[in-house]
Amino acid sequence: MEERIDDYKTRREHLKNMSDQELKSYFLKLSEEMMEPLLEMAYTHTSKSIERSVLLRMGFSSIDTKVIVNNLDEYDLLKKGAGHCVYVLSKKNRISILAAGMLIKNSEQLDYLLEYFKNNE
Amino acid sequence: MNKLEPNKKLDIREILKDIENYHPKRRGWVWRDITPQTIGEFTYIQASPSLKNYVALPSARGLKNIDPQVDSVITTEIASGRFEDDIRRMRMAAYHGADHIMVIRTAGQSHIDGLLEGTPQGIGGIPITRKQLRAQRKALDIIEEEVGRPINYHSYVSGVAGPEIAVLFTEEGVNGAHQDPQYNILYRNINALRSFVDAAESKKIMAYADMAQIDGAHNANATARDAWKVMPELLVQHIINSKFSEKVGIKKANICLSTVPPAASPTPDLKLNLPYAVALREFLSDYKMRAQMNTKYMDSSTREATVTHVLNLLVSRLTSADIQSTITPDEGRNVPWHVYNIEALDTAKQAMVGMDDLLSMVELKDEGYLQEKKREIQERSILMMEEIIEMGGYFKAVEAGMFVDSGEYPARNGDGIKRDINGGIGAGTVIKRDKDYLAPVTAHYGYNNVAQYNEEFIDDPAKLIGGCTFEKPEMIKFIDELDETDNVYLRLDKTEKYRSGGLLKPEVEWLGDGTVVVDLFFSENERISEAAALETGKKMNLKNVEIIHKEVLHPSEGTRIQIKGTFDFDIEVDKLVLPKIVKLHSEDEIRAFVKKNPIKVVAGTAGNDEHSVGIREVLDIKHGGVEKYGISYEYLGTSVPIEKFIDAAIETKSNVVMMSTIISHDGIHYKSMKKLHNYAVEKGVRDQLILIAGGTQVTPEIARENKIDQGFGRGTKGIHIASFIMDKYQETLKKNES
Repeated sequence: MEERIDDYKTRREHLKNMSDQELKSYFLKLSEEMMEPLLEMAYTHTSKSIERSVLLRMGFSSIDTKVIVNNLDEYDLLKKGAGHCVYVLSKKNRISILAAGMLIKNSEQLDYLLEYFKNNE
Repeated sequence: MNKLEPNKKLDIREILKDIENYHPKRRGWVWRDITPQTIGEFTYIQASPSLKNYVALPSARGLKNIDPQVDSVITTEIASGRFEDDIRRMRMAAYHGADHIMVIRTAGQSHIDGLLEGTPQGIGGIPITRKQLRAQRKALDIIEEEVGRPINYHSYVSGVAGPEIAVLFTEEGVNGAHQDPQYNILYRNINALRSFVDAAESKKIMAYADMAQIDGAHNANATARDAWKVMPELLVQHIINSKFSEKVGIKKANICLSTVPPAASPTPDLKLNLPYAVALREFLSDYKMRAQMNTKYMDSSTREATVTHVLNLLVSRLTSADIQSTITPDEGRNVPWHVYNIEALDTAKQAMVGMDDLLSMVELKDEGYLQEKKREIQERSILMMEEIIEMGGYFKAVEAGMFVDSGEYPARNGDGIKRDINGGIGAGTVIKRDKDYLAPVTAHYGYNNVAQYNEEFIDDPAKLIGGCTFEKPEMIKFIDELDETDNVYLRLDKTEKYRSGGLLKPEVEWLGDGTVVVDLFFSENERISEAAALETGKKMNLKNVEIIHKEVLHPSEGTRIQIKGTFDFDIEVDKLVLPKIVKLHSEDEIRAFVKKNPIKVVAGTAGNDEHSVGIREVLDIKHGGVEKYGISYEYLGTSVPIEKFIDAAIETKSNVVMMSTIISHDGIHYKSMKKLHNYAVEKGVRDQLILIAGGTQVTPEIARENKIDQGFGRGTKGIHIASFIMDKYQETLKKNES
C-alpha cells in the first residue's frame, strides 16, 4: 500500500458517537461481511490435501493417498472427489474400498471412471 | 507400561513397544476444574485442584510443600528435535504444572506436501509423524495418570498438508492445534486460496475432534518493526480466523486467540499492553484467550526475559487468560533446554498464584487513559476492516500489502507483506467441485453430494462405506520407519550406555549431550573478557566452547560472560561416593532413650548472624524440633560469640551444642565450626560435648572436616538431629563402659 500519514482523527468521524456496544456490534457485522465470500469459496472447492485427507479417513496409508490422488489428478478427476472414485470402483468391481484404491494406485480402470462420470452428469 | 512410579524412570523402549496397536484413550480438549481451593491456612480463588504427584516451588519448603494450581491451563513448548528425549521433559513439565504440551514442528515441515512417517531427527522442532505422535500421546496418557490431571497435547495444523494433519491429529488423540490460514499466507507464502480452502476442511475435522484451536495472530507482532503499532491489525486478524472457524463449525468455547502483549519494558509496558488487552477481550468476548508471552524483544538474558514475562502475567491477571502459555527464558539464545521449560512454568505458577484474586482488590478504571486508548485501538481496527471490504475483500487487501505494515493503521508505511492471489506455494491447486462431487467420510466440509447414492446418509456420509477411521480406529494404517539411517532406535542405541550402562553425563536437552554452562566474570572490557572466557572453557577441557550471553557491568571494570561447552567425559555411577543415608530412629525410640538418658542442648546463631528461623524450627516442639523428643534446650539467642556456646554448655551441664550459621561468605560458617571445636578442646570438655552446626549452606562432610561432630544442611528436620544425637550419645556411653 501507498505510504499514508495517520488520518485516524478524520476517518473516525462516523464512529465517534457510537456507544461501546454499538461499536462492538458493528465490528462483528463487518467481520461476517468480510468472511462470507471466503466461506463460499471453501464450500465449493477442494484441493489435493483435502482429497488425501478423505482417503486417509477411508483407511489408506499416507503413501498410498499420495499416489492415488496424483493419478486421479492426471485424469482431472479430483473435481469428483478422490473418495468418490474409489467408491465407484469398489461398487463396480464388488471389491473392498482398499482393493478399489489399489486399482487407481496402479493406474487401472481410470478410463472407466471417465466414462462413468460422463454418464453420471 | 501402565503405571509410573515417581522414583522410577520412564522407559522409552517400553513406550515404543507394540506402538502399532496403540490408540489414545480419549479425544478433545480439557479445561481445568476451576474451583476455590483451601490448602493449609490459605484459600485460593483463581484455582484448581492440586496434583497427585508434583514438584512444588522452591520456597514451598518452608510452607509444608504446598503446590497450589491456578485456574488457567498452563502451556509449555517442548521440541528439541528428538521426541524421545522430549518425552522425559514432558514428564518433568507435568510435575511442575504444565497441562498443555505443545510440540513445535521441524523447520520446513509446513512446505511438505503430505505426511511424514517414521521418527527422523528434526531441526528446531520435530518432524510430526504418526509414530512420533502416538508415542508421545501414549506417554502422556500414562503421565496424566501419574500427576492426576488430564494433559492436552498440541501441535500445528498448517502448511500445504493441513487437512491430512488434522485427520492424523484426530486419529492420534491430539487435543489442540494452531490453525490459521493467515499464518500460511503471510509467513509461509502459501497460496491464499489454497490456504482458506484447506483451512475450512481442517477446521471441520478439528471441530469433530473437539480440539481447541489457537490462531496465529501473535506472529504479526513478532514480525512487525514496531510491535505495538500493529495492535489494530491484531484485532482484525483475530476476528478473521475466529469468525471463519465459527462459521465452519468450531464451537466458540474451543476458539482461542493467541494474544501476546506486543510491547516490552523498557517501553512503558503496561501503558501499551493493558489497553490492548482490554480492547481485545471486549471485542472478542465470545472466544477464549490464550495468553502468550512476548518474544519480540528477547535477548540472551534469561533474567530480563523472566521479568518481561512476569509483566505479561500481570496483564493476564488484570484481564483474563483461559490458557496461559509460557516462553522459556532461553529462547533468545537457543532451542529451549530442559531447565528453562521448568523455570518458565515455575515463573507462571509463582506469579499467578501470587496474584490470586487480584481483581477483588484493585479494578481497572472505567474512564481516562485506559478507556480512551482501548477505544482508539478498537476504532482503528474497524476502519481497517472497512477499507478491506471497500478494496474488494480479504484477498485484494492481501495483494495490496495491507497486513503487517509497520504503520499504526490508518497510517501506512508501504512495507506490509504482499501476496499475489495467483502466487505462492500451491498456487493454482484449488479445484472447483462438480455437481456430483462426493467424499464418503465423516467431518468433511462443504458441498458433498451424498444423496446421489443414498439420501438417508446425507448427515453421515461415512455410512456409504460402512464407517471411516474416525469411527473405526482399527482401519488406520500405521507406517513404521522409512529411513534405516535416521530413526529413534539408532538414536536410542547410541545413548544406551547412559540409559542402562551405569554411565552419566551432564545434559541440557538430549540424553548424554554433555553440554554445560559456565558463568564467568572478568575485570576487563567486553572484547578481552570474551576471549578470556573462551580460553577458560578450553582450559577446563570443554569442547565446542561458545559464548551464549554477555553483560557489561561497567565498560572497563568488568563483564559477565556465560559460555557453554561440551564436557566429554563419562561419569561412572558405581564409582561415585555418595553421602551416607543416615538411618533415622523412630520417634518412640528416641523418646524412650531420652527418658532414660536426659539430654540437654544449648543453641543459638553464631557470630554476627541474626537468622534464627531455622534454629527455632529444629528446636521448638511446635515445629517438630528436638524438644518434641524430650530433649530440653537453653536458647542463647542470635549473634552468640563462639566461646559463649561452650561456656554456657559447661555452666548448664549440657551434653550438646547446636550452632546455627546461615552466613557463609568467605567460608565464615566453617571457620566458626573449627573455632567451636578448638575452644571446647581448650576448655577440656570436647569429649563430653556433641557439637552440631546447621544452616542452608552447610555440607555435612565439610562440617566434619572442620572438626565438629555433624553438620546439617537445607531441609533438616528435628528428627534428623535428635536421631543423630541419640546415636552419638550411645557411642559415648559404650566408649565409657569399655
